[in-house]
Amino acid sequence: MSKVKSIEDLMKIKEKALKELQLRDTGKRGKITVAMGTCGIAAGAKETLKAVVEALAENNINDIAVVQSGCMGLCEVEPTIEVRLEGQEPVVYGHVTPENAKRIVKLHILGNQIVSDLLVRKGEM
Amino acid sequence: MKPILVLVSVDSNSVLLGAKQFVNYLREALEKYNLKDSVDVLETGSMGVYTQGVVMAVFPDDVYYSVRSVADVEKIVSEHLLKGRPVLSLEIPRERLKLVVEKEKVTEEVRIVLRNIGVIDPRSIDQYIARDGYFALHKALFEMKPEQVIETIKESGLRGRGGAGFPTGLKWQFTAKAQADQKYVVCNADEGEPGTFKDRLIMEGDPHSVIEAMIICGYAVGATKGYIYIRGEYYGSVENIQKAIKDAYDYGFLGENILGSGFSFDLTVRLGAGAYVCGEETALLESIEGKSGRPRLKPPYPPTNGLFGKPTVINNVETFANVPQIILNGANWFKQFGTQGSPGTKVFSLVGNVVRRGIVEVPMGVTVRELIYKFGGGLVGGKQLYMVQTGGTAGTFIGVDKLDVPLHYESFRDHGVSIGSGVILAMDEDVCPVDVALNTMEFFEHESCGKCTPCREGTRLAVEILRRMSRGQGKREDLDTLRQIAITTQEASLCGLGQSINVPLLSILDNFREEFLAHIGATACPRGVCRFEKPVTKVKTRV
Repeated sequence: MSKVKSIEDLMKIKEKALKELQLRDTGKRGKITVAMGTCGIAAGAKETLKAVVEALAENNINDIAVVQSGCMGLCEVEPTIEVRLEGQEPVVYGHVTPENAKRIVKLHILGNQIVSDLLVRKGEM
Repeated sequence: MKPILVLVSVDSNSVLLGAKQFVNYLREALEKYNLKDSVDVLETGSMGVYTQGVVMAVFPDDVYYSVRSVADVEKIVSEHLLKGRPVLSLEIPRERLKLVVEKEKVTEEVRIVLRNIGVIDPRSIDQYIARDGYFALHKALFEMKPEQVIETIKESGLRGRGGAGFPTGLKWQFTAKAQADQKYVVCNADEGEPGTFKDRLIMEGDPHSVIEAMIICGYAVGATKGYIYIRGEYYGSVENIQKAIKDAYDYGFLGENILGSGFSFDLTVRLGAGAYVCGEETALLESIEGKSGRPRLKPPYPPTNGLFGKPTVINNVETFANVPQIILNGANWFKQFGTQGSPGTKVFSLVGNVVRRGIVEVPMGVTVRELIYKFGGGLVGGKQLYMVQTGGTAGTFIGVDKLDVPLHYESFRDHGVSIGSGVILAMDEDVCPVDVALNTMEFFEHESCGKCTPCREGTRLAVEILRRMSRGQGKREDLDTLRQIAITTQEASLCGLGQSINVPLLSILDNFREEFLAHIGATACPRGVCRFEKPVTKVKTRV
């Protein structure tokens, strides 16, 4: 650890540590649910989950919670994720490989447009 | 950064319930299920609940579990963490959570002192900084003169949270004005008042808040050395405070030329050896100096003649923990909480026969009823509340008629209900006042250091009389003798220990006079607690 010499140093530490803490905040704009049933895990949901978190971190998005759930019954299109933004209908995507996960974060979370080629279902069940 | 975070509440209470063991098992299980890369485990301070088992929280799912065995841990890992299915049977229900874990704010709860506890990792200085830690220090060093710091604390109306309620700003001012080549800042963390455990949770859960405040205090009064006198049994506190001091040195918040301001401050830990009287400030100073913990004759007071004869500020842990927030947010912000004469909040330790034992921080002026029924969840087993001890063993005993008295530093003077160190000990109908009084006086007799006669002999006499009374051999004049002992000891004793025994003794004698009278000349304890030793007529056994 190096010494803190100025308020700027202090701010830097604060911002970095704050990001870690915010992960636990519940006051979020939306959430991404990764289905982690046995089927999901077998299809690579763990990598997907990791990719989602990384993509969010890379793009400095900290108001989206990442939550895991059980199988949502769409085993043939696993790994699946559900994107739920405040005030919008939830969207379920299928075949979400790590690359696709990054694409979803970029287009859907940042650009607010649905990635139609991966779309499985739109709206509440 | 890992996607999932598990918080485990590790404090000295949950450790007794197996928290450490659960954490170790959790780490093993994560390894076993190959989840190590996606799950972070973090030991945090108390989340405010004990009766529920060890609290384990999973984020970002925001699910709280109460864990009682390693089998529970296994279940959480294999079901929730691996498969994403929350374990309903272990979950703490939402509506309970609000009250129990205090995740969501209960309307009256205000967290100033406890704002970081159960939120940050107490062993991470970075997380403390993330929650505005050490910004108050920066503000004080670069934007304020020492006099302005003192003025802000004075203006805020902060008063000593250890029990006596002396205005903190005034104490600082006395020390600042005293001329000396060396001054000291001492933190009284020898939390010995039976039933109090707030300081322990503060030091375990947010050690940096105390350290930051002590540095600010040093700057304000011109002291360059500080001591934290921690009670020896507080292993967790000692460990976390020491780690925090080390990190603060590494970051340059302690040591030479802090943040380049030219101000230097050193801080070390001293351990107590379990004497109640060492919580008395001058006895504590003696103990730091390496002598036996006996109180000094006052005056002179520590602000002018303290540690090693030098001017010394000595404050309680909770008092210090308030300081950074006051410096950051200003005196007026602080004054919006609490009452006019006692601004701010108080951390209460709820103990005894309440359902939810634990700590709660609420603005001054809260009533005993609110504390017991709203935050404490009422009495265990739906029993009737009979007696409450407020403010610790040196505090007052009250009956149910005084439950609605607002608690602040004037409530003892005005209503005979002491706030003391913030203990609320609720007792149900199964206790007997004579027995309780005996127990209390035995404590004082045991802890009296023996230096001055009134305290040494007064406590001994009181115990003798009460013991006799609890055996069914009390006399009517005993009540007057007890009263006399209480008053004499209070007036003639050297230090706070003897001077305060009149508070519990007189309050229990006054508020429960009927019960004491009912013991005299009776054949058995009217409440069925005391064991009367009266000649029993032998019953002939049938042959």
